[in-house]
Amino acid sequence: MPEKLHALIIILIIGAVTLATRLLPPLIFSKSEKVPDVILYLGKVVPYTAMGLLIVYCLKDVSVFTGSHGLPEIIALAVVAGTYLWKRNSILSVVAGTVVYMLLVQKVF
Amino acid sequence: MISGVLIFSGTAQFVSVAMLSGGSFFMAAVTALMVSARHIFFSISMIGRYRNEGKRKWYLFYALCDESYAMLSSDNTPDGVNVSAYRFFVTLFDQASWVIGSTLGGLLGNVLPFDSTGIDFAMTALFTTVFIEQLLTEKSRIPAILGFFATLLCLLVFGRDYFLIPAMILIIAAVLFMRNKTEAKDASTGKEGDNGA
Repeated sequence: MPEKLHALIIILIIGAVTLATRLLPPLIFSKSEKVPDVILYLGKVVPYTAMGLLIVYCLKDVSVFTGSHGLPEIIALAVVAGTYLWKRNSILSVVAGTVVYMLLVQKVF
Repeated sequence: MISGVLIFSGTAQFVSVAMLSGGSFFMAAVTALMVSARHIFFSISMIGRYRNEGKRKWYLFYALCDESYAMLSSDNTPDGVNVSAYRFFVTLFDQASWVIGSTLGGLLGNVLPFDSTGIDFAMTALFTTVFIEQLLTEKSRIPAILGFFATLLCLLVFGRDYFLIPAMILIIAAVLFMRNKTEAKDASTGKEGDNGA
């Protein structure tokens, strides 16, 4: 199989799977007049749980026992948390935390 | 750029690059499912919110991503702004910046004048600010803590390549369990449960 065709098929397969994960749930429930209560309940509570999930997901490759022992991450997260509790401004905290993190991984560790 | 429009998922795009030459089709599908599974999670929780968006909702669901989810699932539309329009434009700008960004990244990636190592921390930082806000809000505190520790537990048990799906199953099971408990409590005190509405 030609290289380019193979690459295109791979992109299409991954695209289709990604699309399915986003469109199947609403497709399944758009048929019924009323969305089941339990789904609406999940819709209310699950977003609150998802941020914790995403933070762990972002940090999954950090190793506490090797390399920099996760210190850049811990320091940068402390900057994010500290500035956020101080000013309650998420843009400020994201920029400050990211700059600190980039300096730490590039210059210090 | 093609994959930027078609796949529109950072991690899935990253995986596709690794597989473009020589990966098997089946492995590509399984890997894409693993990294995109969190979108099932996002998508389910937006069903109630997007119910009345008509035709537009298919675009909102298609372009749902980490960033738009972080902004739209907290339901804090600025005062005096039309909710539908707000949702549409947040999603549109998120997607536009992604597609433009990945095209520019592809074109300029090698000539950037500064070292961008670590810039991906911006995403972790964004999630962290939303997380702290949830901890400070009474009604979201327990689910937020639950999500964090359930995922951490699954990471330790299943390892970094497989923890995401068990974590989502565990979280959904736990919140359903919490719902049943509050309903039982409401029933015994004769109060109408407001969890389902």
